[in-house]
Amino acid sequence: MEFLSYLISGISLGSVYAIIALGYTMVYGIAKMLNFAHGDVIMVGGYMSFCAMSYLHLPGWVSVLVGMVVCTLLGIIIEALAYKPLRSAPSLAVLITAIGVSYLLQNSALLIWGANPMSYPPVISGTLHLFDGQLSISYVSIITVTACVLIMLGLTAFTSKTKMGKAMRACSEDKGAAQLMGINVNRTISLTFAIGSALAAIAGVLLCSSYPTLMPTTGSMPGIKAFTAAVFGGIGSIPGAFLGGLLLGIIESLAKAYISTQLSNSIVFAVLIVVLLVRPAGLLGKYVPEKV
Amino acid sequence: MKMKKKIAWSDYMTYIGVTIAFVIVSFLKKGGALNRSQLGLLVPICAYITMAISLNLTVGILGELSLGHAGFMSIGAFSGIIAAMSLVNVIPYDGVRMAIAMVVGAVMAGIFGFFIGIPVLRLRGDYLAIVTLAFGEIIKEILTCLIVGVDAEGLHILINIDGSKTASDLNLLEGGKAIIKGAQGAVGTKTIASFTAGYILIMISLIIILNLIRSRSGRAIMAIRDNRIAAESVGIEITKYKMMAFVTSAAIAGAAGALYGLNYSSLAAAKFDFNTSILVLVFVVLGGLGNIWGSIVAATVLYILPEALRSFADYRMLMYAIVLIVVMLATNSSKAKDLLDKLKPAGKEEEQ
Amino acid sequence: MKKILAMLLALSMIFALCACGGSKEETKTETETPAAEAAPAAEAAPAAAAGAFKLGVQGPLTGGAAIYGTAVVNGAKIAVDEINAKGGIQFELQAQDDEADSGDKAINAYNALMDWGMQVLVGPVTSGSGVTVGAQAYADRVFCLTPSGSSVDCIADKDNFFQVCFTDPNQGVASADYMAKNYAGAKVAVIYKNDDAYSQGIRDTFVKEAEAKAVEVVYEGTFNESTQTDFSVQLTAAQAAGADMVFLPIYYTPASVILSQANAMGYAPTFFGVDGMDGILAMPGFDTALAEGVMLLTPFSADSQDALTQNFVAKYQAAYGETPNQFAADAYDAVYIVAAALEAAGCTPDMDAAAICEALIPVMPTISVDGVTGQGMTWAASGEVSKAPMAIVIKDGVYVTP
Repeated sequence: MEFLSYLISGISLGSVYAIIALGYTMVYGIAKMLNFAHGDVIMVGGYMSFCAMSYLHLPGWVSVLVGMVVCTLLGIIIEALAYKPLRSAPSLAVLITAIGVSYLLQNSALLIWGANPMSYPPVISGTLHLFDGQLSISYVSIITVTACVLIMLGLTAFTSKTKMGKAMRACSEDKGAAQLMGINVNRTISLTFAIGSALAAIAGVLLCSSYPTLMPTTGSMPGIKAFTAAVFGGIGSIPGAFLGGLLLGIIESLAKAYISTQLSNSIVFAVLIVVLLVRPAGLLGKYVPEKV
Repeated sequence: MKMKKKIAWSDYMTYIGVTIAFVIVSFLKKGGALNRSQLGLLVPICAYITMAISLNLTVGILGELSLGHAGFMSIGAFSGIIAAMSLVNVIPYDGVRMAIAMVVGAVMAGIFGFFIGIPVLRLRGDYLAIVTLAFGEIIKEILTCLIVGVDAEGLHILINIDGSKTASDLNLLEGGKAIIKGAQGAVGTKTIASFTAGYILIMISLIIILNLIRSRSGRAIMAIRDNRIAAESVGIEITKYKMMAFVTSAAIAGAAGALYGLNYSSLAAAKFDFNTSILVLVFVVLGGLGNIWGSIVAATVLYILPEALRSFADYRMLMYAIVLIVVMLATNSSKAKDLLDKLKPAGKEEEQ
Repeated sequence: MKKILAMLLALSMIFALCACGGSKEETKTETETPAAEAAPAAEAAPAAAAGAFKLGVQGPLTGGAAIYGTAVVNGAKIAVDEINAKGGIQFELQAQDDEADSGDKAINAYNALMDWGMQVLVGPVTSGSGVTVGAQAYADRVFCLTPSGSSVDCIADKDNFFQVCFTDPNQGVASADYMAKNYAGAKVAVIYKNDDAYSQGIRDTFVKEAEAKAVEVVYEGTFNESTQTDFSVQLTAAQAAGADMVFLPIYYTPASVILSQANAMGYAPTFFGVDGMDGILAMPGFDTALAEGVMLLTPFSADSQDALTQNFVAKYQAAYGETPNQFAADAYDAVYIVAAALEAAGCTPDMDAAAICEALIPVMPTISVDGVTGQGMTWAASGEVSKAPMAIVIKDGVYVTP
């Protein structure tokens, strides 16, 4: 029974990683850049929905919407100001700019909301008790997992069925060819950022509901973990990010429970290294052989 | 021929530039023209310059993104501290101990670099980057568990995996001393690092790296960066040369770590986290990939920047972030490039 | 392109160096800003400039630990204002950010204060920084009084370094003793942060003392900076081990997550905290019902009824809009302790830092100060404070003595 509850907490943690990783992977797939500021957009989403709930006393679902709207706008603005001018620059230059944006968001949050951590009121409270209370699952976990699966399915459908989604896939295959086919590449990339940032807001709300503290640095560590998850599953692949995030969460939980709480992080990373040695492009990533 | 002369010339200019800077700063130091803040910055600047040029070897010359360079720095720092502290009674000369510490730091980091390099260098691109990040985190967690002490019987080392051990479990003899105490890191280190040691370290690193770049091996490394398959097809051993660059880079980072570690009387493993790796990466990218001189300047400027911004008080780190973004945009965006091209007198194009 | 880049960098370096070098001449204008900030009562400023002791504070003002540094600076500012308003000893305050670093950032912040002409250091706020800066200050002969650097290594082998807070071993022993006395036969689980010297230090002495006092420790779980979001595994394991008491030698931010996760899984042991737990009730958005029945050993309680505490809490709330935590209280006391020591030693603002340091060292073990964190605080020559920790319990969202 303990094993089950460890597994459930792993799945719940993994789902949060997976939602963040989906945002990473979307942006990476199209813009081919590691958006290190993604974790900090999550933090902004958390703060926005917190403010909506605590200061404006809006109901939970409205505050999630507020967070999503603000983050979407933020994502578009960041993209337009900081990343768009660097379309033709080397990818490392964009990476460093993303780090600069990450510092900027963290320090702005510090100035606006202060260093005092906030305790995030759960959007949904309550717990489901099973087997005479031997196993308990909080409703937040259930919602997180459901949301994660829905988002994954939704994104898969979006990219394979809709016109905009197909344009995105075309851009990620070959920007030049996509442009020749009449796809507005710049607009497609902006849209990707908008979707990625809206996802970040949802991730922020779910992250803070399950693990209720909110500080200017809240997003950075989950951001790095989710980046790891995205690579684990094969960066650029939507089901890969989902699988990677879930596995990362489960491995972390089980390592904590059965091996060592001290080294749980190391164990996660060690598994990652082994997996990448066997599958150099991640679990579901496409291995593209180089041609001369 | 002309090309070669030009390269040699720029190398000499780098040596001379660093030496001139050292001489000027030394004079200012002697003359008392520097205040405490400026004096206190000298050794960490030297350590970070060395870090930047060593990372430039991996990122700029070898062309592989590394996000765990701080891990090598921490291995060098802790092994250097252990070496220097355990030899306190044997070798009374600070300078000699400092040199030994840097060599030990470099050797240890080099060994780890070799073993980490075996899996890492089989991967490519972002997958390689994430594995270096993973190793950086693993090194940090393991060093957090490390407990080391020294007494008349020699070194005592404990790895505190289950968290139950403390420095008293080392069972040191009378007169023994705990050097590294797990989560607290190194405590009570005698600080022996000096600006001169920093200067010598930079010069040695420059000589090693610039000579490596200009050698046959260096050309092979850059050939791998520019086109791996073409390089392989003309008979270059990819693994050997990649490993050569990676281990050299790790070893130099280790020496820089030893310099850094011996400049402060306490040092926790948590210091060498992902953010420190990123900090050094920022120096390298801003200074220009493959541009050693650029790394030196960028490391100096960016290290001083947050200190110079202290008068902005609460807005200090915000200003730092803004400066970083603006500089990246100014040097890399296509619009800014066009503007600069217009300002440039015609006919004086760059060598590229 | 490279040349332009190099030129740009060189230019900005010159600019940066100018800014850095310029700070020497600009010291005056620079220091006036924080001083003016420190004393919103503008009339205090001219008096301060005439003959004021330069008091430095250093701690994390940005980054993940910023809450502690900001609280210390705020608490110190209130004390400085009060003392300056009284006449007599005058203070000028400057705070520098060390990002809770134990290496270069700590020394850089300290050096910036020294360049300003600091005479006494109230700080550093964190233990790691305290060890590094302490060694430097020992060499420079600068008197240090840390509000919250609780590691024994801060004061070890230094005659010029004193603490306002308890040392870590002290807290571990006191907690184990309290449990042995009041909760005999309890099964205890410990959850601590193993990359934090404060948490690890308390845990080490707690476990040792618990063994001696026959308090049974049934489970130990750790977390670190990278894994401090999720505690459900540690809590499930503690519950499975049959722990009816959970000892949390950690700061209140992760503790609030532990409380809410334990509540969500329906696990309700007695939670027992140390001074780092204080502040949990003041967290914006925190549901105080979750902390019902939490015990903690702390020298300071914002709900205490004595006049000193009430005055401090009221002023703090008026100035910063929040309830002061342990760190703010320690810093407030620290400034008063420095003032008392300076007075007892007969120091004057024209003395240099080393002379003040030599004068204060013999005085410290002789004075006794009443503050918000303890009545009749006294110091050993080693730098350790002697005051009584209070066991308090949270009932209906406020602290009460059990």
